[in-house]
Amino acid sequence: METATLETRGLNKSFGSVPVITDVDFVLRPGERRALIGPNGAGKTTFVNLLTGNLRPTSGRVLLDDHDITELDEARRIRQGIGRTFQITSLFPMLTVRENVFLAVSECEGIAGNLFRSALRHRPQIERTDELIRRVGLSDVANTHAQLLPYGRQRLLEIAIALALRPKILLLDEPAAGIPTADSHVVLDILATLPKDIAVLLIDHDMDLVFRFAQQITVMVQGSIFAQGSPREIAADPRVREVYLGDSKHGLAAAS
Amino acid sequence: MTAVSTSGPAYPAASSQLRRLALPLPWLATAALPLFLPGYEPLATQILVMIVFALSLDLLVGYAGIVTLGHAGLFGMGAYTAGILSVYGITDPLLTAGCAMLVAAATGLVFGWAMLRTKDLTLLMLTMASAFLLYEIANKATWLTGGEDGLQGVNFSSLFGTFAFDFRGITAFYYSLAVLFVVFLAVRALIASPFGWSLRGIRENSARMAAIGCPILKRRVIVYVISAALAGLAGALQAQATQFVALYSLSFELSGNILIMLILGGSGRLYGAFIGVPAFMFAQDLLAKQDPANWFLGLGIILIVLVMLAPGGILGIAERVMAAIRRRRGAA
Ligand SMILES: Nc1ncnc2c1ncn2[C@@H]1O[C@H](COP(=O)(O)OP(=O)(O)O)[C@@H](O)[C@H]1O
Ligand SMILES: [Mg+2]
Repeated sequence: METATLETRGLNKSFGSVPVITDVDFVLRPGERRALIGPNGAGKTTFVNLLTGNLRPTSGRVLLDDHDITELDEARRIRQGIGRTFQITSLFPMLTVRENVFLAVSECEGIAGNLFRSALRHRPQIERTDELIRRVGLSDVANTHAQLLPYGRQRLLEIAIALALRPKILLLDEPAAGIPTADSHVVLDILATLPKDIAVLLIDHDMDLVFRFAQQITVMVQGSIFAQGSPREIAADPRVREVYLGDSKHGLAAAS
Repeated sequence: MTAVSTSGPAYPAASSQLRRLALPLPWLATAALPLFLPGYEPLATQILVMIVFALSLDLLVGYAGIVTLGHAGLFGMGAYTAGILSVYGITDPLLTAGCAMLVAAATGLVFGWAMLRTKDLTLLMLTMASAFLLYEIANKATWLTGGEDGLQGVNFSSLFGTFAFDFRGITAFYYSLAVLFVVFLAVRALIASPFGWSLRGIRENSARMAAIGCPILKRRVIVYVISAALAGLAGALQAQATQFVALYSLSFELSGNILIMLILGGSGRLYGAFIGVPAFMFAQDLLAKQDPANWFLGLGIILIVLVMLAPGGILGIAERVMAAIRRRRGAA
């Protein structure tokens, strides 16, 4: 498995005259498990969109292994190993779970342009599809249309699609949002089974999940990096408590 | 969770053996038609040709989600290519059909490459404009196309040098049936391929397809070119079966009619073309002759009812009925 380091230098993004991301220097190293937290509207999703190429920065650079990828579009960055899930579920609603995952597998393995052989006869890709579906616990609904799944399971399908692309870097934008708290451990379990050298950036509001998952936490406030450190450091930082974490009912007490 | 998928081949159903055995039956029945309904061969041929045309349209509308109101432009390019070649002495049916496919595919490549960057209403307008353009060119170039009078002197030699296009239309009928069968197999294979699945992905959520690394414009152009080639083939068949090419073959009316036929039968369902075309043509034959003014009124009403109540067309209705029966059986 190849690894990669994702980095931003002096990244800025404004919508019109409104600055949303200001001067962000950020590094995500191979194998890192980092959480990105911050209040709603802090710019976390926008930041992810800048990393994936979904949005272009107003100024600043995005680097992958020291190569400038600021000008590369989304599709090219995916091929270089930057995978993501969407905060707002984005699936193929009228296709089955299996078809959803196969589409990603076939693009990743370069067989999606094949006109002549039935998709089902592409054994290795079909097997990989079924393996991914099993990994996220959706085997029982493999032939169900994505739109008929409960929201929480749609989130899991999102993750399967992201994993199908063999990312070196995985950006998860609130993957557990909408998953009943009782089931959010499923997300944690999946994250735990990811290859160790994939770098993962997790955005989530579930502090329990964040503190159990992350080795490093970045706190973003109003488009800037406000604090960075280990979960212990972040939990102990009084400024962070003040602006974001508030009191200890988010599970902070348990983590510190 | 007991929901079942209604479209797309997932795991083959248990009844697939039965279905495989039943598949040749409609084809054999159709092949026997001249025995039972002598004199109806020309109408039957017309239906077969239109099914080929509708199948080519289904690839765009039903699978790739590209709604076009200019598909006759490609059909007409095929018809005129075959027809004009025959006027100039190249009369072999298969050779001219092949040329028709190439010319239509090239036309599809040029227009598709230019148009498919846009979508929705803009794309719909551009497809219409592209067909109007071709229609006007054919209308003006009377020295080549015969203009409004249609192309004169179309004459094809015998199929394989053996079967002449006879007055009753037997040769044209079996020729069209064979072509339709081959096109059907090709389209069926295409939609089952990874490429075919990716088309449905683009139809369902093109932003997401881009985000999994799919070269969307390229895929859409490829399917447009394939569809254009098949539409051109249908046009060539038409020219060969009727030994005539009229401006109608490039017209907006034909573009609209073929879209209605497909939607009537059910788009994105492979068999929709086989249901919608004959249903439309029989209705047209019955109603339009008796009462041409009210035919369009009736057509309008049928369309409104379809779009409002049964967006899946006749096949969509059948699927819902079958699902209801299965549910009742499951409950009992
Ligand atoms: N496309 C856009 N156009 C204008 N403003 C936007 C756009 N996307 C996000 N914003 C604004 O940028 C800010 C950050 O949004 P977002 O990145 O979604 O925050 P977060 O994910 O941290 O909740 C918000 O104030 C939001 O309204
Ligand atoms: Mg967000």
